[in-house]
Amino acid sequence: MTKVFGSFVANDHIDLTVEPGEIHALLGENGAGKSTMMNVLYGLYDADGGEILIDDEPVKFSGPGDAVAAGIGMVHQHFMLVPVFTVAESVALGYEPTKNLGLIDLAEARKKVTEISSRFNFNIDPDALIEDLPVGAQQRVEIIKALSRDAKILILDEPTAVLTPQETDELISIMRQLKEQGTSIVFITHKLREVRAIADSITVIRRGRIVGEASPDSTEAELASQMVGRAVSLTTEKDDADPGDATFQVRNLTVVDKAENIVVDDVSFDVRRGEILAIAGVQGNGQTELAETIIGLTEPRLGTISLDGKNLVGESVKDRLGAGIGFVPEDRSTDGIIAEFAIRENMILDVYDRAPYAKGLNLKSSVITEEAKKKVEEFDIRLGSVVDPIATLSGGNQQKVVLSRELGRQLRLFIASQPTRGLDVGSIEFVHKRVIAERDSGTPCIIVSTELDEVYGLADRIAVMYSGRIVGIVGADTSREALGLMMAGVPAEEALAATASEAPAAATDAAEPTTTSANHAAGANENSATTSAEETK
Amino acid sequence: MTTDISPAAPSPAPPPTAEAEPGKEQNLLQEILSGSWLVSVLAIIVALLLGGILIAVSNAEVVEAAKNLFAAPGSFFSTLFTTIGEAYSALFRGAVFDWDARTAERSIRPLTESMVNGTPLILAGLGIALAFRSGLFNIGGQGQVILGATIAGFLGYALPLPPVVHMLVAALGGIIGGAVWAGIAGVLKARTGANEVIVTIMLNSIAGYLLGYLLKQSWFTHTASANPQSRTVDDSAQMFLLLPAPFRLHFGFIIAILATIFVWWLLERSTVGFEFKAVGANPHAARTAGISVSKVTILVMVVAGALAGLGGAAQVLGTEYKLTGGISGSIGFDAITVALLGRSKPLGTFLAGLLFGAFKAGGYLMQSQTGTPIDIVLVVQSVIVLLIAAPPLVRSIFRLPTPVLKRKEA
Repeated sequence: MTKVFGSFVANDHIDLTVEPGEIHALLGENGAGKSTMMNVLYGLYDADGGEILIDDEPVKFSGPGDAVAAGIGMVHQHFMLVPVFTVAESVALGYEPTKNLGLIDLAEARKKVTEISSRFNFNIDPDALIEDLPVGAQQRVEIIKALSRDAKILILDEPTAVLTPQETDELISIMRQLKEQGTSIVFITHKLREVRAIADSITVIRRGRIVGEASPDSTEAELASQMVGRAVSLTTEKDDADPGDATFQVRNLTVVDKAENIVVDDVSFDVRRGEILAIAGVQGNGQTELAETIIGLTEPRLGTISLDGKNLVGESVKDRLGAGIGFVPEDRSTDGIIAEFAIRENMILDVYDRAPYAKGLNLKSSVITEEAKKKVEEFDIRLGSVVDPIATLSGGNQQKVVLSRELGRQLRLFIASQPTRGLDVGSIEFVHKRVIAERDSGTPCIIVSTELDEVYGLADRIAVMYSGRIVGIVGADTSREALGLMMAGVPAEEALAATASEAPAAATDAAEPTTTSANHAAGANENSATTSAEETK
Repeated sequence: MTTDISPAAPSPAPPPTAEAEPGKEQNLLQEILSGSWLVSVLAIIVALLLGGILIAVSNAEVVEAAKNLFAAPGSFFSTLFTTIGEAYSALFRGAVFDWDARTAERSIRPLTESMVNGTPLILAGLGIALAFRSGLFNIGGQGQVILGATIAGFLGYALPLPPVVHMLVAALGGIIGGAVWAGIAGVLKARTGANEVIVTIMLNSIAGYLLGYLLKQSWFTHTASANPQSRTVDDSAQMFLLLPAPFRLHFGFIIAILATIFVWWLLERSTVGFEFKAVGANPHAARTAGISVSKVTILVMVVAGALAGLGGAAQVLGTEYKLTGGISGSIGFDAITVALLGRSKPLGTFLAGLLFGAFKAGGYLMQSQTGTPIDIVLVVQSVIVLLIAAPPLVRSIFRLPTPVLKRKEA
């Protein structure tokens, strides 16, 4: 199968050949044009040039229906499922096997689900409601849906972004099984570890162009530099922490959500000046709520939060910002920026009423512009003009705007939730450097991250959260396996004891993801373990 | 638009349906506000063309000529164009400049009449526009205008005060009346999440009946008359005329200009306006940035109501001089159109208010001179609203390109 585009903004003359029964990874930064290309392939967009060949036959898709008919199935990054449908109904949606009188033949759909599910050990109940299924299972429903239409080519768009480490492992074994049965898989990702774990061949895309083929034996550093176009360091250089007093303390913090579920359960910890505490854990174990409670978006049911000896519970968000907290929210586009606002306005979103930006009720427009230009310089933000709406920027540059705002003032505490989510390798490197610089200036930092690479890259100490509790606070030299166990709720001592028996070399490897040659030598066993610890957005 | 003041955590679970609704509203608002000036202008043109068709259809001569369309097409078209031309030229002469007038004064009077009619529309329109920009649908302009007029009028004849001071006190009363009335909706929205559209519409009805009740109470009207109307406001409380009679242009127009500048400053140059716009554009981000969404919601409604109330005050103190059941006319509703047509920008609202004032002023002359029903003006206004609420319609009529989506793929 060959595919050529001409003069397409996002894809510039891309040729891609996928062999039958091959897992072909499409690697590229965010915005490189991976998803655009796959959407063309799936008939969602029209190509402005070039052609698609299946088994040397040119095909023309006017919509996803044609693509499905031609044997292409796609699992989108954001699932296209109806929450109130059952699995069988979801699978039937779009091609609806019908009986007489136009009634939907659900029995037929149910049979198909059971059949495919048992063939691949998917373990999916056809009568379960989509909304009751965990994310990983929902993804399997999407795969079943594609397979039920006899897909020969399966496109997986960032499939691991939403999965826990265990689910990622399962997905990878599913992909291997599919491959054995002759299905071709196009696997879109920007995660190097996964690519190396399963891809048969790798195509790297940068700015809409193919910049090269890579073999799965390439090191992560090689892949990363190919992806970004320059050498990048995957680990951030940092000196050892020189922690001072524990100026930030959380004691017995308990938070309940609207439905009265306990989401943060009796959490206590300290952060010292000049150290980074990373809060690791699978998404949805209370980290988000913890961060939001510290900044004051949520009030705790019990417990205290004290900064520089002052209890912050009950204070408004504004007062807490005034007390010197810098906060990078997890969901940038919802909580971090206002898309319609100009870049310079977004840079003062939480300091707009303070000097030097305002005097009385008056905003000082020229000062705002001047300061914005300085920050653009300092944070290397790529933009046209500071008065353009921030929506014109890429995700990485938007995040830099948020960071420039939060790090641009004297801080007493810095909290960042998923600071590099959705960013490319180059931007991640930059963000990490800034966070470490902030730590070195003496600010206590809390980084909430579900990506273990990031946790290892930044943390001086690691707190692992599971089901609202802190399972344990361990040193940054703890092995990936131990952290993985803790993220599944195993207490710190047990996790450390369980993994201590393994080869010490493997443990250090896991902690240092760039020493890839050694990593390789460690063998398949270790390889799958590291994959399981892969980021779990 | 959310006013989440409960202590519970915003969980990652899908938001309840109650929140989805305002989200949709907000998209609609943004869609309307993001339209270009070109769309506004084209909407006016299309509306006038449609109005022309209606003028022709409602004219007996044109209908008569149409019967002989094939026999004498020339006469049909000449009748058609003469009729429409006469109607619109009467509209223009009634609204801007009357070249047929006997005296120079009379020929420029129409423009000042447009300004007189536009004054309350501009003030109330600014109130609506301010709320739009802050993400709130203030449909309660009517109620706020009524309350403003009621209190301003009452103070205008009930208090014995020296000139100018009396007027300012009465106007201030109008401001407070409108502010309190809109503030009710603001507080309900901020504290309980009550939808401001529904609350303000209900408050419109309540305001109308409240005024109707008051006008039957002699302690309120200060008259013994059985008619539901009040005493004339004292000379000291009237907004003084800017030009000698027969011009009716009064100080209220200056207030409208000042209010326009004030709203511009508020939205573009003040920290308060920054909060307003932030809450309007993305309440989540505003909350995360330490802005109190509920406080802003209340404040926006209070300021919006104050502007509308001032519009009511200008109407009673500058034009009508006494309270009647129909004191507010349809100012509060026209103001919504004015704000939409003006893209919720202060200057745009000012110009749109003038335009609608002109339609009103010109409509009378058009009716009296050419027999064209004044309702045509209403149709034109309504079509403008329709087209502005549906920018894609205008774009497809004129084959304008669809604006490129600004957001890049992340």
